[in-house]
Amino acid sequence: MTDAPEVVSTASRRSPRVRRVVGFLGVLAVVVVAWELYKVVGEALGGVVPGTELRLRPPPNDRFMPHTWDVVLQLFQPVRRNGELTVLLLAKAAMFTLREALVGFVVGGVIGFGLGVAFVRSTLAERAFMPYVVASQTVPIIAIAPMVVVWGGQLDVPQWLSVAIIAAYLTFFPVTINTVRGLRSPAPTAVEMMRSYAATPSQVLWKLQVPAALPYIFTALKVSATASVIGAIVGELPAGFRDGLGRALLEFSQQFNVKKLMAAVLMSALAGILFVAAVTWFEHRLVAGDHRREG
Amino acid sequence: MRHSTKWRMVALAAVVGLIVAACGGGETEGAPAPAEGGGEAACSSVDSVKVQLQWFAQAQFAGYYVAKDKGFYADECLEVEILEGGVDIVPQQVLATGGAEFGIAWVPKALVSREAGANIVNIAQVFERSGTLMVSWADTGITHPRDWAGKKVGNWGFGNEYELLAAIEKFDVPDVELVAQDFTMNALLNREIDAAQAMIYNEYAQVLEAVNPDTGELYQPEDLNVIDFNDPEIATAMLQDAIWVEEGWIADEANQDIAVRFLRATFRGWIYCLDNFDDCVGVVLDNGSALGESHQQWQLNEILALIFPATNGIGVMNEALWDQTVEVATSQIPDLQGVTIPDSAYRTDLAEKAVADLQAEGLDTKGAGYTKRTITLREGGE
Repeated sequence: MTDAPEVVSTASRRSPRVRRVVGFLGVLAVVVVAWELYKVVGEALGGVVPGTELRLRPPPNDRFMPHTWDVVLQLFQPVRRNGELTVLLLAKAAMFTLREALVGFVVGGVIGFGLGVAFVRSTLAERAFMPYVVASQTVPIIAIAPMVVVWGGQLDVPQWLSVAIIAAYLTFFPVTINTVRGLRSPAPTAVEMMRSYAATPSQVLWKLQVPAALPYIFTALKVSATASVIGAIVGELPAGFRDGLGRALLEFSQQFNVKKLMAAVLMSALAGILFVAAVTWFEHRLVAGDHRREG
Repeated sequence: MRHSTKWRMVALAAVVGLIVAACGGGETEGAPAPAEGGGEAACSSVDSVKVQLQWFAQAQFAGYYVAKDKGFYADECLEVEILEGGVDIVPQQVLATGGAEFGIAWVPKALVSREAGANIVNIAQVFERSGTLMVSWADTGITHPRDWAGKKVGNWGFGNEYELLAAIEKFDVPDVELVAQDFTMNALLNREIDAAQAMIYNEYAQVLEAVNPDTGELYQPEDLNVIDFNDPEIATAMLQDAIWVEEGWIADEANQDIAVRFLRATFRGWIYCLDNFDDCVGVVLDNGSALGESHQQWQLNEILALIFPATNGIGVMNEALWDQTVEVATSQIPDLQGVTIPDSAYRTDLAEKAVADLQAEGLDTKGAGYTKRTITLREGGE
């Protein structure tokens, strides 16, 4: 009797997870098949659009589009003769980059949240600063990154911190926007009720507005997690770091070794996925818990 | 409720832990490695200086890495931090803003920076020859700049194109279609352009590291024609890697002494590579874990040929080539047209002193007998 609902609940809990894995693998299979099909058909056509002289882009040959399995094999081959395995080098590089990204993510997240609270508290602050916050994100990060690195170097800031600042720069914006949105999400009647019980502004903030804003903030944090990894990689380019994914990507692209380059791209993507997964894990602990409690 | 509070604490602790780990880990990277030379014991004081490279560690900068790793800098009572270049990092600017004492830069680019207000001086012209080539397929029959007439000729722009423009002007080549080239040799490999710009120590080797789809083997030098700007018949070559310092800094006599010691150790590093080729490649590979071995062997071999034979001893300016560089620069570079480049843009006294000291020790500073080795490239420069 008690077993039946138990089984149903585990199955229903497991099946979305299974479905997610199947979906993920399905998309992967489609991409791999499309990639290989393009190569086979493209090479059969002699690398040109049929009936024309127009070259296929990218060229379907192994130099530009290595076989997908060769990219995976590359991971388990030495990065150079008698050198360490590509996957090891890239994993170390990813750890290095993730460290910068994490510091930037936390700094950017705190600043983003603080700005959001300030904007909700003071319309004047919002009106005065919001245009600058928006403008800051329209300046390309590749223009900002070298400046931050050079200035940081003059102030004797450790270079990894300069890179973290660049990551923070990409992180704070979505958090600010969504914090503002989330803090304003509780019904005005709820705020009025809190006030009628003589709640202080900070009590309204922490007991009503912040819990209501958490789902919004976590959505922003997931966007920011990937953005901070991108910020860290871009920040590494002018920093001249020896470790890190940015350097690996640059070095492999300069060598025009597409196999290694694709392997590095895979590792960068994996780093981003890991980061987002970590944020989602925290979200489940903090937000879903709240919902359950309310339910 | 208690449950969710517990998780919050766990989450908070995890975040704090990660940040602490991240910060802690980041700080360890700056620790300088102790030098091997053991010369420090004899030093009453050690001067710390930085040298800014144009790019990442590679054999192009072997002399500096060898001088550091073999303790030549330490023997001169110097602690040298080698700053690797990166995207958008301009050594001349780093010098001018005090971010490094020494910077490596090509002469024409440094002259443009000088004109723009960077007070920098060339104290050692390490490379006597230009490493820039124009490469084309042998079957297109391009062997002279005149053959570019009516052809698509690639160039990188960004100040790398002046030797090419000067050659086109010198031979009055008509109808050259100049095409922007990315930093790879793909456009040439795909035969989308007829001639491509290539550094002899990088991109040229990249072609020879690519598989010829017709033979299944790597492309061979015979498959390619090369036009060399150093060729006396063309003679539009411009001087490249040189060591620059800031004028105000080098005016100080104590800094001149530091500079002579830096040059002595650096030159010693380059001369060491003449006699210890494989060891030298090993040092470069140790400093860049993603570099290809055969590509770096190729690069060092070619770089040494750009330095040696050194007419006046390594690093001492060959005036005729300086004049040639200035002439091409002031006629081709828009920012320098009509500008008089003062002779004070370079000085030879410091490099001469360093060379004289090394010669007194019996070192071969001219490398007159240097001949290139035969390097076997592997696919992708592995």
